[in-house]
Amino acid sequence: MSIYPEISDKLMTLKDAVSRFIKDGSQIAIGGFTVTRNPMAIIYEIVRQKIKNIHLVCHSNGQGLDILIGASCVKRLEIAYGGNGRYAPTCIRFKKAIEGGVIEFEDYSNYQMSLRFLAGALGSPFISTKSGLGTDILQYEGFSEEVRKERKVARKKYVTIQNPFNDDDDKVVLLPALNPDVALIHAQYVGDDGTVRIKGLTFADLEQAKSADTVIVTCEEIVPRSFIRLDPDQNSLPSFLVDAIVKVPLGAHPTACFSFYDYDPIHLNLYKKVAGNDALFRAYLDEWVYGVDSHERYLEKIGTTQLQKIKANPVLGYAAGLDRK
Amino acid sequence: MANYTDNEMMAINAGRLIKNNDIVFAGTGVSMLAAAAAKKIYAPKAIIFFETGGIDPSLEEIPMAVADPRVMSGTCLNSGLIDAFSIVGHRKLHTIAFLGAAQIDTYGNLNTTSLGNYMRPKTRFPGSGGACDVASLASGVITFMQHEKRRFVEKLDYLTSVGWYTGGDSRSRLGLVRGGATAVVTNLGVMKFDEDTKKMYLAEYYPGVSKERVIENTGFDLDVSRAGESPAPSREELRILREEVDPQNLIL
Repeated sequence: MSIYPEISDKLMTLKDAVSRFIKDGSQIAIGGFTVTRNPMAIIYEIVRQKIKNIHLVCHSNGQGLDILIGASCVKRLEIAYGGNGRYAPTCIRFKKAIEGGVIEFEDYSNYQMSLRFLAGALGSPFISTKSGLGTDILQYEGFSEEVRKERKVARKKYVTIQNPFNDDDDKVVLLPALNPDVALIHAQYVGDDGTVRIKGLTFADLEQAKSADTVIVTCEEIVPRSFIRLDPDQNSLPSFLVDAIVKVPLGAHPTACFSFYDYDPIHLNLYKKVAGNDALFRAYLDEWVYGVDSHERYLEKIGTTQLQKIKANPVLGYAAGLDRK
Repeated sequence: MANYTDNEMMAINAGRLIKNNDIVFAGTGVSMLAAAAAKKIYAPKAIIFFETGGIDPSLEEIPMAVADPRVMSGTCLNSGLIDAFSIVGHRKLHTIAFLGAAQIDTYGNLNTTSLGNYMRPKTRFPGSGGACDVASLASGVITFMQHEKRRFVEKLDYLTSVGWYTGGDSRSRLGLVRGGATAVVTNLGVMKFDEDTKKMYLAEYYPGVSKERVIENTGFDLDVSRAGESPAPSREELRILREEVDPQNLIL
């Protein structure tokens, strides 16, 4: 008998969540933004299970994006921004992959990608915006005609039309909705009733989750219903939108998780040092991803001293005074 | 005269352009520094916010990315990207965005995407992020640049974020209802845009920098006839910048 009977059908291990829901060729959206709340533990598990040909749909995913691309899991990418703060002004493996011509890619902006998830969530086939008029984002298509015939790829990148509600010359951009196969979200809390609570900024996580066919939530803690329902204004997603729940403390490391831990400057600097060199990057994956069979082993390697250093002051939300150079 | 770095001079000069009640959209790096400097030195009633959804954080420590947990701390509210962009483009607000770029042209259009062929670039940069969006929707954009010929170019390799487009009224003819490039702050001086032609001109050069040096480092014709020398940063401006804005010396 599970200690969490209400969510016993959804609670699973990282291994099971990945093998059940993520397939070769899946279209995936990942939550978080650059240095915060990337669902790293499940991303490492995707790499370990050698899932290939992923179609990644991103706004500004930093570390998670770079690991998936670097480990050759990604075939196709729709993206607004590949950067990771000062640790990677341009994400290193992302940059190499595009300069080397080894992935199919297409550029949008952050607002455009967020709107596309929102349209998918609302069941609207497209959504309009003024953003992008006159830019090369609306000039260059990254995908070929052949790619455009494939599953979950929009037949056109965008369409510009005259605003049909206005007689004056007034142009708007129409963007195709996104409905990814899977959204991967890392949250601080999931209630034992399945309710999800994200603390700090939610970025586009909620739109991503609502637009996806399947939602996997990894979390820091599973908390009692009495706690999560005491202040429902704070909650982010209802249980019935979530398909799988995995408890993974420090599951966003080396990115931050507001009020739990900061980003890890030591690990991000280590990554920065090795990621530009193919052999060193391969060795990094061998050591930190393939060489550990679980997130617990990975955290053992990071070490309690470092994990204590990045532990957030729960009131401020970050590790005050942390050496971030 | 006090010693100061390029980043300090850029943060101070951009900060001087911010007014009380401006809503300032900040990016990473110098832009973050300038936004915090604006609030702490020149315009205490300005509001700093981030595309990720953090509004008016306390900024006791300088954030190093727009998703840094420090942009979520001490805020009036934490939201998400769609909420943030509803503020950027809000018709009732005067919103100023701080951006950086790899290339800029005479009309203040920006490239943060790539150099060379788009499909097989010589150099790939991170891409738009929210830059295209704020350049489309905000009331104005202040851009930070290293002043080099290869960055101030006749023609961008890729137009990520639109400024005054091809000059004159071309921006509004695109269908953009407001905004445009307000100023460009570099390590040599401050550029603004002509009211009619919308071409960039030199408005100020820093102490110790000549007009000739600015021309030498600009890849297109730049009108320098209207330029005057900027005042050097005061000891008090530098003190606040160093002691209150970035005491850990992460960006300065």
